[in-house]
Amino acid sequence: MIWVTMIAAGLLTFLMRLSFIWLFGRLELPGWLMRALSYVPVAVFCAIIFPEVLAPTGILNLALSNPRLPAALLASLVAWKTRSVVWVVVVGMGVLWLLTYWLG
Amino acid sequence: MQAELPLLVGVVPFGMIYGVLAVEAGLLPIEAQAMSAIVFAGSAQFILTQLVSAGTPALVMVLTAAIVNLRHALYSASVAPYLRSLRPAWIFILAYLLTDEAYAVTIVHFTGSHSSSYHQRHYFLLGSGLALWSSWQLSTAAGIFLGALIPASWALDFTLPLIFIALVVPRITTLAAGTAAITAGIVSIFALDTPYRLGLVAASLAGIMAGMLVEGRKA
Repeated sequence: MIWVTMIAAGLLTFLMRLSFIWLFGRLELPGWLMRALSYVPVAVFCAIIFPEVLAPTGILNLALSNPRLPAALLASLVAWKTRSVVWVVVVGMGVLWLLTYWLG
Repeated sequence: MQAELPLLVGVVPFGMIYGVLAVEAGLLPIEAQAMSAIVFAGSAQFILTQLVSAGTPALVMVLTAAIVNLRHALYSASVAPYLRSLRPAWIFILAYLLTDEAYAVTIVHFTGSHSSSYHQRHYFLLGSGLALWSSWQLSTAAGIFLGALIPASWALDFTLPLIFIALVVPRITTLAAGTAAITAGIVSIFALDTPYRLGLVAASLAGIMAGMLVEGRKA
């Protein structure tokens, strides 16, 4: 049964990834939709980032006991200044580890 | 390709943790590995293993995985304009490889100033997709066979939001984009308790609409 489940889940996932790539080659999409699509990356990334940073355990935590918040804020500053993924990860993880060590 | 290497580093602990959890949930090693190849979607796989250990009916598991992966339709729409006029075989392969992480690096590349020429763009998605695919399969295998080698205290899972921060912050250059970002973030927090990661879809749609509203007011 697990194999049937996996194959069905995999097929549905594939169809969702395929959906618009397939359609686009075949029909013209309206201008408002194209403008909406330009906001997809920013919106989706932020919808993933905010909960990971502010609620790592599933509960909102804005207190100092949550080292992910200052780590992410500093990382955002580094991202804005350097645009370098490597530096953002190095600074973000560094701050996280230091704060975890100090607080822990 | 600068974005690709840290992304692979971020994926490896996820794959290993999945491998460990899948075996703990009662999947055979071959089943756990096959799920990484067939479903190939991190968060859906985590939820599936959780449901397997809870003895959930197959139909519910399939539906849950589908809902969790609804966001991939958004990714599909987002990259579609850059992948026109490809042959079906290409489209099928690229769709299979379109994970969160592959989408993240690809859309930054497609919309960036250093984007490759129109006729070669699909190779970028293919390359990053295959690199992510390989590291996902290998880290799954490592997780299955080696167990939890990476201590949870290292918090390596935090590298993924960090990479997304690195990709998203430079994109926020207009008031409309900033509004989209803040709106999506705030809604995602309010939607924390929404089941099956539907909050992610709702927050993304809210962010998109907010961005378009601000853009419309200026025009």
